[in-house]
Amino acid sequence: MKSPSMVMLRRNVKHIARNPMTVFNAVLMPVVVMLMFVYVFGDAFSVGVDYVDYATPGLLLLAVCYGLGSVAVSVNSDMTKGIINRFKVMDVPRSAVLTGHVIASLLTNLLAIAAIIGVAFLLGFSPSASALDWLGVIGVVALLGFAAGWLTIALGLAAKSPETAGLASVPLVMLPFFSSAIAPTDTMGPGVRQFAEYQPFTPIIETLRGLLNGTPTAGDVVPAIAWCAGIALVGYLWASSTFTKRA
Amino acid sequence: MTTSAITASGLRKAYQDTVVLDGIDLEVPAGTIFSLLGPNGAGKTTTVNVLTTLIKADTGTVRVAGYDVATEAKAVRAAIGVTGQFAAVDELLTGQENLQLMVDLNRIPTGDGRKVVAGLLERFQLTESAQKPVSTYSGGMRRKLDLAMTLVGNPRIIFLDEPTTGLDPRSRRTMWAIIRDLVADGVTIFLTTQYLDEADQLADRVAVLDHGRLVAQGTPDELKRQIPGTHVRLRFSTAEELDAAARIMPESTRDDDTLTLQVPSDGGTKSVRGLLDRLDEYALSAEEFSVRTPDLDDVFLALTGHTTEVAAK
Repeated sequence: MKSPSMVMLRRNVKHIARNPMTVFNAVLMPVVVMLMFVYVFGDAFSVGVDYVDYATPGLLLLAVCYGLGSVAVSVNSDMTKGIINRFKVMDVPRSAVLTGHVIASLLTNLLAIAAIIGVAFLLGFSPSASALDWLGVIGVVALLGFAAGWLTIALGLAAKSPETAGLASVPLVMLPFFSSAIAPTDTMGPGVRQFAEYQPFTPIIETLRGLLNGTPTAGDVVPAIAWCAGIALVGYLWASSTFTKRA
Repeated sequence: MTTSAITASGLRKAYQDTVVLDGIDLEVPAGTIFSLLGPNGAGKTTTVNVLTTLIKADTGTVRVAGYDVATEAKAVRAAIGVTGQFAAVDELLTGQENLQLMVDLNRIPTGDGRKVVAGLLERFQLTESAQKPVSTYSGGMRRKLDLAMTLVGNPRIIFLDEPTTGLDPRSRRTMWAIIRDLVADGVTIFLTTQYLDEADQLADRVAVLDHGRLVAQGTPDELKRQIPGTHVRLRFSTAEELDAAARIMPESTRDDDTLTLQVPSDGGTKSVRGLLDRLDEYALSAEEFSVRTPDLDDVFLALTGHTTEVAAK
């Protein structure tokens, strides 16, 4: 017997596999961005270390965010085309529909970060992380993917059309650039710098950076996990209530 | 099991200041087709959404298949099948995969599931396209697949929200035939439509919905008795001709402003020929000739005193 969540997950995975744009946006785009920054701009930034070592943690986060745009669109088209209503009037646990989307999104994220890490090594990435640190990296990325995934699903459910759903996820794609992902925050202009220092992605990136260097600090890890937990909670509650109310 | 498949009483639903349902009472006996007739914006979809547990009414009670929709939603969902206003099919999956999805969600064992899928594909003439993605299907095929997906769990009560809106006449007739077959199997059908002829063709009972209120309820025949029947409309070029024609056809009603005469007629060739022969006999000729059958507009005009355009606002 197949559980409803598994049935939904299989459906979502089929969607991703059959829609080349999803794979392109989620996996290839981050790799393209990585090649651009590391190859084209990399030498122009002076960050004290080899640029690929500096940028990889941020690019991991960017890879998670790039995957989310198509999640918002696919959740929204389920909603606006009546597919979610179809599931809602069946005797199927209502949580299964959204769980399927979250897990599919998480799997895409893991695929994308595997690609980024692979390409990073090809570009001369030399982390000093222990096996435990690596586990931590995967854990943090998965936590972020889970949290941002719920938030994106909520955005997708609430949006009027697939177009607005796609647009609603643009901030998620832009936010990494206004963090310490690409360049250290202290090189940024006033205003942007404060924003970059306090926005949720910066502690998450610094945590990844610390783990990959083998020197994670509690000052980064605690806010990073707190942000993820907060985003996950808000996203989950918002998504659940929209799912229940919108018919 | 009671003999009523669906009962609703005193349903009200408002969004902010807009009242969408304003006290709906209805009863649908098991094994019959009930049609909710009304223009866009009358509240048909809202009614379906309340009856199918998608949204909660502000007040009123609904029992579907003997269960209360508010407190026993899960049992209601297990008993019903719903086909919404727009074909809710998964475009990235094939027709077969769409049906398989429903089989899996209904927790039908694999062996039986395969038989159910093959049977439904066959019944809805979709076997040839079964392996093609639904994005390549025509509107009629999507509707058929949509209904096939609804039938997977073998529901005893089926809700169809405007099942033929936007379909070409041929697909429409196919859909009607499928609906009739379902009722022959003892299924209860709750159908919404904007078309008087659809309600007339299919329904055992019809309720007319206007501004969230039921303005009439009865069999299609009872309903049609309340509205002007089919008639022939003749337009003349002069008042003298109109006078003369009105004299020879005393059963007609005249309109002096437009110089038209309305003559009751079944619209068949025999009665029309008789009518034209009479005009000929008196050497009268009409400028324009048309046959009118009553439509939703006429129903509304007769029942509410306004047309559907007003109702849709």
